[in-house]
Amino acid sequence: MKRRIRSQIMASILVNSIYAMINYPVILINTLLAPLAILAVVTFASKGTLLPVAAVGALIMNMVSSGTSLQQDLSHLKNDMRLQDMIVSSPTTSLVYIVGMAVSEIVYSIPTLAFLIVLNVIFVKITVIGGLIIFLDMATIFTFSISLGFFLSTFTSDIIQSWGFSGILSPLLTTIPPVYYPITYIPYPYRYLAYLSPTTYASEIAQSQTGFYSSSTSSFVLAWIILISITAVLTYLALKRSRWREI
Amino acid sequence: MRIKTIELSKTYEKKSRALENLSIDVNMNGIFSIIGRNGAGKTTFVRILSTELLPTSGSGYINDKDVIDQAEEVRQEIAVVPQEARPLPWLTPLQTVSSYLMWRGYSYREAKEKGKEALRELGLEDKEGEKSRKLSGGQKRKLMVATVISSEAPIVFLDEPTTGLDYLSRKELWQLLSRMKKDRLIILTTHYLEEAEILGDQIMILDHGKLVDMGNIEDLRAKVKLPYVLKVFSEDFKLEDNELQVHPVSERETFVYGSASKIYGLVPYLVTKKMKFTVEEASLSNIFEQYLGNGEEVEENEKEDS
Repeated sequence: MKRRIRSQIMASILVNSIYAMINYPVILINTLLAPLAILAVVTFASKGTLLPVAAVGALIMNMVSSGTSLQQDLSHLKNDMRLQDMIVSSPTTSLVYIVGMAVSEIVYSIPTLAFLIVLNVIFVKITVIGGLIIFLDMATIFTFSISLGFFLSTFTSDIIQSWGFSGILSPLLTTIPPVYYPITYIPYPYRYLAYLSPTTYASEIAQSQTGFYSSSTSSFVLAWIILISITAVLTYLALKRSRWREI
Repeated sequence: MRIKTIELSKTYEKKSRALENLSIDVNMNGIFSIIGRNGAGKTTFVRILSTELLPTSGSGYINDKDVIDQAEEVRQEIAVVPQEARPLPWLTPLQTVSSYLMWRGYSYREAKEKGKEALRELGLEDKEGEKSRKLSGGQKRKLMVATVISSEAPIVFLDEPTTGLDYLSRKELWQLLSRMKKDRLIILTTHYLEEAEILGDQIMILDHGKLVDMGNIEDLRAKVKLPYVLKVFSEDFKLEDNELQVHPVSERETFVYGSASKIYGLVPYLVTKKMKFTVEEASLSNIFEQYLGNGEEVEENEKEDS
């Protein structure tokens, strides 16, 4: 990677996560609290039986939360601070800006991720291949949420609108779909509705590796195809159809 | 440094026309001031040339590079402080400047060194470690200007950088801009006509998206009918003359606008009557009013618009 692009990515990481964490450490508690709160509720309500599912689910929620947080952060930087206008007219491209901001969200949630990974290593029994599949699953759902977050942020005109988007996305993508519990817990015909959310496919893939959902090879492959297709469409929209330069 | 537009027009979604067939060619170093009423098209002009916004028709060039088709090349040569831009409150001034420079491609070390230099230049070095939210309004604006001026960009757009600042803070910014303008072109939009007059090496007047006129203050003054102002400080001064504009400012103060010959023709009378007076060239405010009408006409136009 060229030095110039490294600097541009680093600038986004510094501004959106490292400087924010150094100057206001209290925000670290915020990122840790959201996935852990649901994890605790599900674990207590199931008397511990769903802890492994919820531990993987918390990882998925963390990846999706990165996208919703990114949407809010970018909207704030664009509408309240006018930072995006300064970046648009600088040598930084929209792709480099998204990549930098996406990495910044990961950096921002490192404490949460570290805690969840330890929890998963202790309570979730999986093979090395299974671990790799879950990692790819997380990477895909992260790309999906980041693309969605960036795409929406470029259309927001103020922070209230941005909060509205986040308020809709969080329950639709993480709380309601079977992220913290197995999809088999949802009775028909509601289960069909669950398949409208891409996080359902991500959960299905992860839960199939942890033994909480037994899927056939064809449905496993289909889940991957749908998840990758949705992510590809969102990534295309983020790169080609977002309002980086206004019309 | 050169900026050029050919028949540049912008119509927004609700059919409001912000720019209409604007053609200019400016080839200079220094400060290019843009003035006009609210909604004259100043910000739209800046946003199109700084590659933030696409025009509806026409073309624009920065140093002969097309702002539509060669935006990436143009972005190497420009830096912008948009209207209402503010430093991020959770960053320190040094972090603000150095991050922007990194977005322009400087390494972390270079950006930090240049950032420190910029803050020293501004007299903000003792604030470099404080959070920006603690800075005064004037210091925040100075910081935004310093952020772009510390870059290598030879063309800098500043969209109303002094709006809302007190006179002394504005003056500090003016000094900064005067120091920084030597090797670059600074495009400055402002509502303060005094600011445009003091700083502007060239001044462009826009109205309803159209070019009204452009030139240095002398050029503009030479084109108006009433380029001189006689200020008379006496209760006894009364005058009626169709070729002069007489504005009683208070009981003891009257301003008379007119041509040099008409104004200087009044001087012997004032000397004989022992009245105090001054004769001045018309300020940019006077010129602006002559081009666009006074406040009453502005109000009428706004009523018509609404």
